[in-house]
Amino acid sequence: MRLTALAASLLLATSAHVAHAADKVKVGFLSTLSGPGAGLGVDIRDGFNLAVKQLNGKLGNLPAEVLIADDQQKPDVAKAEAEKFLKKEKVDFMTGIVFSNLMLAVGPQVFDSKTFFISANAGPSQLAGEQCSPYFFNVAWQNDNLHEAMGKHVQDKGFRNVVIVTPNYPGGKDAVTGFKRYYQGKAEEIYTKLGQLDYAAELAQIRALKPDALFFFLPGGMGINFVKQFVGAGLSKDIQLFAPGFSADEDVIKAVGAPMLGMFNSSHWAHDFDNAENKRFVAAFEKEYGRLPSLYASQGYDAALLIDAAVRDVKGKLDDKAALQKALEAKRFKSVRGDFRFNSNHYPVQNYVLRVIGKDAQGRVTNKTMGTIFANHADAYVSQCKMK
Amino acid sequence: MTQLILEQALNGLQFGLMLFLLAAGLTLVFGIMDMINLAHGSLYMVGAYLAAAAAAASGSFVVGVLAAVAGTAAVGALLEVTVLRRLYARDHLAQVLATFALILIANEAVRWVWGDQPVLLNAPEALAGPVEVAGFSYPAYRLLIIAVGVAVALLLYVVVAKTRVGMWVRAGASNREMTEALGVNVRRLFTLVFAAGAGLCALAGALLGPLLAVQVGMGESILILAFVVIVIGGIGSIRGALVGSLLVGVVDTLGRALLPWLLRGFLPAETASTLGPALAAILIYLLMAAILFWKPAGLFPARG
Repeated sequence: MRLTALAASLLLATSAHVAHAADKVKVGFLSTLSGPGAGLGVDIRDGFNLAVKQLNGKLGNLPAEVLIADDQQKPDVAKAEAEKFLKKEKVDFMTGIVFSNLMLAVGPQVFDSKTFFISANAGPSQLAGEQCSPYFFNVAWQNDNLHEAMGKHVQDKGFRNVVIVTPNYPGGKDAVTGFKRYYQGKAEEIYTKLGQLDYAAELAQIRALKPDALFFFLPGGMGINFVKQFVGAGLSKDIQLFAPGFSADEDVIKAVGAPMLGMFNSSHWAHDFDNAENKRFVAAFEKEYGRLPSLYASQGYDAALLIDAAVRDVKGKLDDKAALQKALEAKRFKSVRGDFRFNSNHYPVQNYVLRVIGKDAQGRVTNKTMGTIFANHADAYVSQCKMK
Repeated sequence: MTQLILEQALNGLQFGLMLFLLAAGLTLVFGIMDMINLAHGSLYMVGAYLAAAAAAASGSFVVGVLAAVAGTAAVGALLEVTVLRRLYARDHLAQVLATFALILIANEAVRWVWGDQPVLLNAPEALAGPVEVAGFSYPAYRLLIIAVGVAVALLLYVVVAKTRVGMWVRAGASNREMTEALGVNVRRLFTLVFAAGAGLCALAGALLGPLLAVQVGMGESILILAFVVIVIGGIGSIRGALVGSLLVGVVDTLGRALLPWLLRGFLPAETASTLGPALAAILIYLLMAAILFWKPAGLFPARG
């Protein structure tokens, strides 16, 4: 009896110094779940939850507790909710944020608290370059990447008179920079308000500018309204539409429908990717939610798989931050997009493909993969990142 | 260039007429009962949601719009009889606080019934494409909005200027005590005006639904512009609301398209495309400040 008490107290004393296995994994899922940007956050959440469900409610063999909060696409709300996750709930991981301006607002407090943020969407250039952090991992892409791919495609197709439409916020600026990095022709830029829904004024400008192609990046409800109004104004007859995958994904197609047929867009993932993980994911997602997954959903799913693999790797010792960082960097899971690895700035190096919107075998309007634009593509900011 | 201005003028007209539907009800309520109703935008939201629900259930956009107008008018009348009526005697601060609470309640109620995400409301198939106007294509649906807006403005003018009810409304707006003394039942008149205002809100919400998004809180951003309109136009005046709406609609739309264009002439494209929209956004408030400087009571005040 006395011996066990001694052993117990010894154990207690040593455990103060040595990391020990946690009894559960707490994830703070903070995302845009209301308003015009809600479709994106909802898809990330559904993808994340699906993975946890397939893992029998566990992440890395530990029971998973996923706390969900809505940032309402407002930086102040996001900061307050993140504060709650970090201070009150003491979460082990955070994930979910869709919009780059919110990510930049929340980032410092998350990293200061030495909590890992696994971004399932927002990939601002700042966090890829000078402000990169050991605690920030992006499982999706760097903001510029999909736009770079489209810029390359539009350049290769010989268009030289392009109008770019994008919201005036960090993600929008990354879009223009990315597109113009590979597109060399004339590019007129039109900036809209983030969250704007009526594009009458912009469409009139576009008509007057007479471009031969239009590249637009308007996530969520913004893109849905823009395409509808673009077609309604009769502009689709003379101007070829191009978009990054965000603005031509299943959520947008579901709301707009046939007018999107024939539109080209770029992505790092598509639901028709031919690998076992992806087939399993797409079938399970459709069965669970009754709709095709969007790229956001695939990113949420991969974020959960990354956490699962890393926690498994450190055998549940979540306090050992250095080991956990190494485990995350090692990326020991199969992504639904096929191959990718983390660069030294914790952003992916991966392929980017061209997709076109057409009809599938069942007559549904949806995306179809056409071919690869970039293979093993890294972002342009990695050299500015001095990871401490 | 002329085509750009022409197209933008049509866009401005469309936006202005929708603002008018909101401002007309707001200005009558403010004018007659001296009541500030911040929840006016919530009726616009309720109208849009009812339209989406009725259109989805019936499969017809027209049924959706009619149901929304009737339903929201009923909601408006009910709101007036149960809550707002108690606020007329209170000061403006109490009215602002109480009707702000109504905004929060309305938002939560809508969230509870329809959820967080925007609801889909599509324009009728036949109007989804463009039509030829003066040599260029213009969205058929926006032309419909302009037509409905003009029709409602005319109808309102006839009702307010030529009918007995209109006479009471005008009398009530310019001198409430005297009108009551003359034996007009201002209490009942007001329920009527309020229901009509709610119906106009619903019409705006239902028509704008397919262009914008039917979502929680959609009334708040547009309400600010409606207040700008009645301040510019003069409180209590339908004519003021119409002129104010068209001014705000045209200035906002033209500003958004032409300012970046003009700035590009002498600034780098990147600066111009950032500065232009920012300047356009404050143009409305500059307009309001300028008008209030020369005409502190607005352009056509109902009360001297």
